[in-house]
Amino acid sequence: MSELIRCTNVCKDYHRGAQSVRVLDNVDFSVEDGAFVALMGPSGSGETTLLNLIGGLDAPTSGEIEVDGLRLDSAGAKSLALWRARSVGFVFQFYNLLPVLNAQRNVELPLLLTRLSRSERRENADLALNIVGLGDRGGHRPGQLSGGQQQRVAIARALVSDPCLLVCDEPTGDLDRTTADEILALLQTLHRELGKTIVMVTHDPKAAHHAEYTLHMDKGKLVAKPGSARPGA
Amino acid sequence: MTSLLWANLCRKRMRTSLTFASLAIAFLLFMLLQAISDAFSGGVSLEGMDRIVIDSKYSMTDNLPLAYVQRIRSLGEVNQVTNMSWFGGYYKEPRNSFATYPVDPESYFDIFKEQSISAGTLDRFRSIRISAVASEALAERYGWRPGDAIPIMQDIFPQDDGSWTWQFELAGTFKYPGGELLLINYDFFNEAVAGWGKDQVGWLVARVTDAAEVDATIRMIDGLFENSSDPTRSTTEDEYRRQFASQLGDIGTISSTILVAVFFTIILLTGNTAAQAFAERIPELAAMKTLGFSDLWVATLVLAEATALCVCGAAAGVGIAFLLEPGLNASLSGMIGSFELSGQSVLHALGLSVLLGLIVGAYPAVSARRLSIVDALRER
Repeated sequence: MSELIRCTNVCKDYHRGAQSVRVLDNVDFSVEDGAFVALMGPSGSGETTLLNLIGGLDAPTSGEIEVDGLRLDSAGAKSLALWRARSVGFVFQFYNLLPVLNAQRNVELPLLLTRLSRSERRENADLALNIVGLGDRGGHRPGQLSGGQQQRVAIARALVSDPCLLVCDEPTGDLDRTTADEILALLQTLHRELGKTIVMVTHDPKAAHHAEYTLHMDKGKLVAKPGSARPGA
Repeated sequence: MTSLLWANLCRKRMRTSLTFASLAIAFLLFMLLQAISDAFSGGVSLEGMDRIVIDSKYSMTDNLPLAYVQRIRSLGEVNQVTNMSWFGGYYKEPRNSFATYPVDPESYFDIFKEQSISAGTLDRFRSIRISAVASEALAERYGWRPGDAIPIMQDIFPQDDGSWTWQFELAGTFKYPGGELLLINYDFFNEAVAGWGKDQVGWLVARVTDAAEVDATIRMIDGLFENSSDPTRSTTEDEYRRQFASQLGDIGTISSTILVAVFFTIILLTGNTAAQAFAERIPELAAMKTLGFSDLWVATLVLAEATALCVCGAAAGVGIAFLLEPGLNASLSGMIGSFELSGQSVLHALGLSVLLGLIVGAYPAVSARRLSIVDALRER
C-alpha cells in the first residue's frame, strides 16, 4: 500500500508572550492509504495538534508534512483551503454543524465549493445521509437531533465530497457508550467498505480498539507501547 | 451563498427584526427630510426662468401699492405682471388651513402657465365677483364641487363691515403641481377688505420678454422705486423661494444635522449587533473554513449579511415613505409647496444603505478573515 500521510521531523511551537512551548517534538511517522489509525495520549500530549497539522488546519514550526501528494508545510492558505475541500473530511467532538441549516443543507455545505448543480448537490447529500443511516432526517435542524444523530450528520458532511482522508478529533467524546459504539462502528464501515483512510484522536481505549492500530503520544513525541504496533511493523 | 446568508439573518429573529425596524425608521426619516429639503430648496424650473418676484425691500410682510402693477407693466422689458397677497385664514376649523391668494385671474394664469385652468372655469372666475378656484388636490380633500359656498375665517383681513368671515363660491378647479391652493378674485377682495388693506398687494410677479435680460430688468424695477416710500427688492423666482426658505432656517443644514445624528446612532447600534452576531458564530465560521471555505469567502459572507440587512431596512423605509407620500403631500403642501419623493433620493438611500452595510460589516468581516481555525476550535 502507498503512503497517504508522511510526517518528517515535525515540530510545533506555541508562543505565549516571550515564552515558547514545544508541543510536537520531531515527530516522524507515516500512514498508508486505507488505514484506520487511532492517536492516543494524555491530555496536552500534542495529538490534536498533530491532527490539525495532518488536516491542513495549522502549519508546523519545522519539518515536512505530505498528505495525498501535497506538501502541507509549504502550501499557502488558499491552496490549503482548496485541498481541504477536496481531500479531507473533518469530524469534531462537538459536531460543529451550522444550527441555522437543516441536516441536508449542512451536508451539502462543502459541495458549495464545487461545480455541482443544486440537484446534484442535493443528490449527493441525500446519498451521504443514507450512508450514515439518516436518510429520513434531512429536514431536521441540528437542534432537533440527538448527539449521536448530529455526529452522524457531521460524518455525512465529512464524506459528501468523497475525500481520501477522514480526520476525527474525539468523535465520541461527547456521546454515551452505546451511541459512541454506533459511531465507531460507522467509522469502521466507512474504512472497510469505502476504503477511507481515518486518523482518529481519542482518549478512550475502547474507541481505539476499533482502529487497525494505535499510535501513542506523550509530551509531544510518538512513543512505542506494547500491543500498539501497526500491522506488519 | 444567498440561502446561507438569509438563514444566518434569520438566526435570531427578534434581534434581526429590531435592527431591521431601526434601519427602516432611519431611512424613512432620510426620505422625508430629503423631500422637505427638496421642497424648500426647489429645483430650477424651466417655467420660472423668466419670472421675477418683486417684494418690499425691507420685509416680506410689508405690502406694496397696487399701482406698481401698471408701472411695471409699462416697462418694455416686461410682458406681463400679476399681483398676489397672503390671505391666510382657515376653512371651518383652524386645522383646515391652506395657502390662499387674492389674484387677478387673467394675469395670474397668463404668468403661471404650468397651472392650467379650463377656459370655462377661468371665465367664471373672472366674471363672478365672489368666486374662487381651488387646486384639484384641495377640492378633492374637502369634496368641493363648482357652485359650493366656501366660508373662510379670517385672522388678518376683516371686511369693511367688520366681519371676519369671507364667503366665496367655487368657480371650479385648476391643476397646481404644488398640491393645495385656493385663489380668490382680487377685485372682490380689494372691494370688500377693510380700508387699511385696500389697493395693497403682498408681492408682484413679472414675466420678462427676454429671459437673458432678467438681471437687467431686476435692476431696472428696483431702480424705479428706489426713492419711493415703498422701495422694492426683486429677485428671480428661484432665488425668492430660497430666500423664503432661509427665513425659516437653513433647512438643508438642519436636515443634514438630524440625519448625521440618526445615522451615527444607527452605525453604533447596528455595528454592535453585527459584532455580537459575529462573536456568537466564531465556531461556525471556523468550521466553514475547516470545510475548505477560504478566508475571503467567509469574510464576504459576513460582509454581505450586514449589507443585505441594511439594504432591506432601507428598502422598507423607502417603501413606507412612498406609502405616506400622498397623505403628507396633502397636509404639507400648503406650507412647504410640493412634497414629493424623488428618484434621486431613492438612489441616495440605497447607496447610503450599502455604505452603511460596508461600514457596519467591516469589523466582523476583517475579524472573520483573520480568524484562526485552530484558535477558534480550541475555544469551543
